[in-house]
Amino acid sequence: MENIGALAIMLAFCLAIYSVVASLVGAWKKKPFLIASGERAVIAVFGLIVIATGILIYALVTSDFRYAYVAAHSNRDMPFYYKISSWWGGQEGSLLLWNFLLGAYAFVVVLQNKRKHRAMMPYVVATLMSTQVFFLILNVFPASPFQMLAQGKNIVEVQDGNGLNPLLQYWTMLIHPPVLYLGYVGFVVPFAFALGSLITRQPGDQWIFTTRRWALVTWFFQSTGILLGAGWSYAVLGWGGYWVWDPVENVSFLPWLTSTAYLHSVMMQEKKGMMKVWNIVLVAATFFLCIFGTFMTRSGIVASVHAFASSNIGTYFLVFLTMGIAFTIYMILGRLDYLKSESELESVVSRESSFLFNNLILLASCFATLWGTLFPVISEAVTGEKVSVDAPWFNRINIPIGLFLLFLTGVGPLLAWRRASSEGLRRNFQWPFVGMLALMGGLFAAGIHHIYALMTFGLCLFVTMTIAQEFWKGASAIAKKEATNVLSGMIELTHRNTRRYGGYLVHMGIVVMFIGFAGAAFNKDSTVEVEQGKSFQLGRYDLKVTSVNNGQTDNYVWQNAVIEASVDGKPYATLHPERRIYSQSQQPVGAVAIHRRLNEDLYINFAALSSEAQKPIVQVYIFPLVTWIWIGFWVLTVGTLVCLVPSKVKMTYARTEVVGMAGKHEKVAK
Amino acid sequence: MNRTMKFGMVITLVVGTLAWLAIGGTTESASYFKTIPEVEKMSQADKAKKLRVGGIVEPGTITRNGNTVNFVLKEGDWKMKITYASNEPLPDTFKDGSQALIDGRMGDGVFHATKIAAKCASKYEAKPGQNYKGTASYEKKS
Repeated sequence: MENIGALAIMLAFCLAIYSVVASLVGAWKKKPFLIASGERAVIAVFGLIVIATGILIYALVTSDFRYAYVAAHSNRDMPFYYKISSWWGGQEGSLLLWNFLLGAYAFVVVLQNKRKHRAMMPYVVATLMSTQVFFLILNVFPASPFQMLAQGKNIVEVQDGNGLNPLLQYWTMLIHPPVLYLGYVGFVVPFAFALGSLITRQPGDQWIFTTRRWALVTWFFQSTGILLGAGWSYAVLGWGGYWVWDPVENVSFLPWLTSTAYLHSVMMQEKKGMMKVWNIVLVAATFFLCIFGTFMTRSGIVASVHAFASSNIGTYFLVFLTMGIAFTIYMILGRLDYLKSESELESVVSRESSFLFNNLILLASCFATLWGTLFPVISEAVTGEKVSVDAPWFNRINIPIGLFLLFLTGVGPLLAWRRASSEGLRRNFQWPFVGMLALMGGLFAAGIHHIYALMTFGLCLFVTMTIAQEFWKGASAIAKKEATNVLSGMIELTHRNTRRYGGYLVHMGIVVMFIGFAGAAFNKDSTVEVEQGKSFQLGRYDLKVTSVNNGQTDNYVWQNAVIEASVDGKPYATLHPERRIYSQSQQPVGAVAIHRRLNEDLYINFAALSSEAQKPIVQVYIFPLVTWIWIGFWVLTVGTLVCLVPSKVKMTYARTEVVGMAGKHEKVAK
Repeated sequence: MNRTMKFGMVITLVVGTLAWLAIGGTTESASYFKTIPEVEKMSQADKAKKLRVGGIVEPGTITRNGNTVNFVLKEGDWKMKITYASNEPLPDTFKDGSQALIDGRMGDGVFHATKIAAKCASKYEAKPGQNYKGTASYEKKS
């Protein structure tokens, strides 16, 4: 069995190389049969990876501890679903997951484009399969999931495995890695089309129209993956931090920033024929940052709180990144003629420039985050002294950036193309601006003096009002014309231009998340050592430790503290924070208790029994508004889904079709 | 003022502000990676800086009372007393013998930690052939 698995990976590796060669030679010599066989090889590669994956999963599920991988990442008593998720619980398996997803994406691309993009496809296939070759190298040579445990020449089996890292035994961790990887890997497709379009000197924006949905869907996976990670960190790591600017978090954030920038700047190309070079740069940057992210999490070059082992695969990644980036730069420089902009910026206050600033600021955030993450490496190279920067440094830069972005979220979509008139500005922003000032004044009077929190709340209202205004204006116009109510007018409006109004909903999701982020300014915490039966206080809560209990399951032994919370003498909630020691790994893990409410979460960690007095030590936190982060995510999800519904009215992008200013300008030939 | 100038000014303003924030922040939040012997040899002035020290938690030295945790960190024969008083719980991976990275400052011969990261990842990354259970080999990540 294990031999079939290893053989399948090896064959997939050979076929992927064949596919690259066949596609390129086929395109060069104009041999359709070679191109076709290159595409069929893609299907075979995917099939082989499926076989290998199936064998690994079978070994995990049947607890076949002859496999080194299974022994290291699974154990007998683990629940079934965690056995499956052990697939991506370690290095070898998670690289196999990369290969699996990449193979699946390539398979879909080949099926979708059997008749389309014939000129580009060989290069698209070659790009996809080159990446596949690289990741298969990792799975074939340094990180094979099919290594057996052996003593001398005999394969041996151990009684039971180590088990999946207990920190990963939590529901969001079941899906966080595959979802994030779907986002990481997915960007290879837009990149492949961009490169294919460059190589074949395609006129126009074919690659953008083809990959728009890919980009949006993979962007959504990236967002989901990041938030699942944040949710996991919040609920599992024990201090309620959902984001601490840890290197591993940062590198997942970097491609998200560039892909967000891309989703915006691509509109400039579609509507105005501008920023063509820039868009290719963004797609390429996103792709390489995804690879870089995998490299960072897998190589451990920067110390991280995430328990990933350091390993020797870093060099492979560096070589691949260098080659890929060099080739991409070479291609872009060679094709600059085809990427000339069709119009230029006219005014600082215009839709175009709001896109420009959106991109500038997203990239600034990306650069700053990358800089901070690599600071130990950079400073060691420059001064010989290894220096790191911590979370406050990242916040110091990224909070102002976030606020500026929030501001642009409200302003940008309502600015006119080319040049905004002062009349238009007044009409669009008068009331939102008044609302913002009123809210900020009110909150200040109510005793909230935290400047960033005030600005966030103010801007959130500002953006919400501009979005509501947009929906209202459009919907009431339709309602009047079609003689229906405003609600169905709103649905009709959204259906007519799903990308625009779906986009507004995504913006709304971000606004709601920012409300949650701002809550962090009012966090409260306390650590106490208390006797059973005694109570203590934090904020408005009276907390009493009523008992400490012990118990055991198949997978771990546990000890918990029962804590009764009351507010103003009335019982409020009973929480059971717990400590577990997993039987196979002997790893102690805390399981916090969280009482989630819309206004604030009460969050309790049972740290330990004190060394001398054997009294429970508990850490209590109050996290205001945190739930809104997760609600914001659902709004974002709905928004993204709306964007993916085809618009009822087909938009023809005559390049100067400008909202509110139609007919004033001459058309620019496409 | 022409268009290019205007754009140039706005962009310079934005980038300049961020650069200013970044540089100002670096001096404030920089912490220096040092080994325990290096810290021992440092001058008083240097010891006042924020430091990040790595080592292994000496088994049997962890005591916790109230919100304070004390333990000894060692690297080879070098040892250092650490005290940690914070409302942020220690990571679950922090235990006897785990490899820890500790941020904080020196004071009165004791290192006052503000943040502790720990790992015993080697356990999950056992190499085939080796007795993977129990013999955690501490892979150093520089």
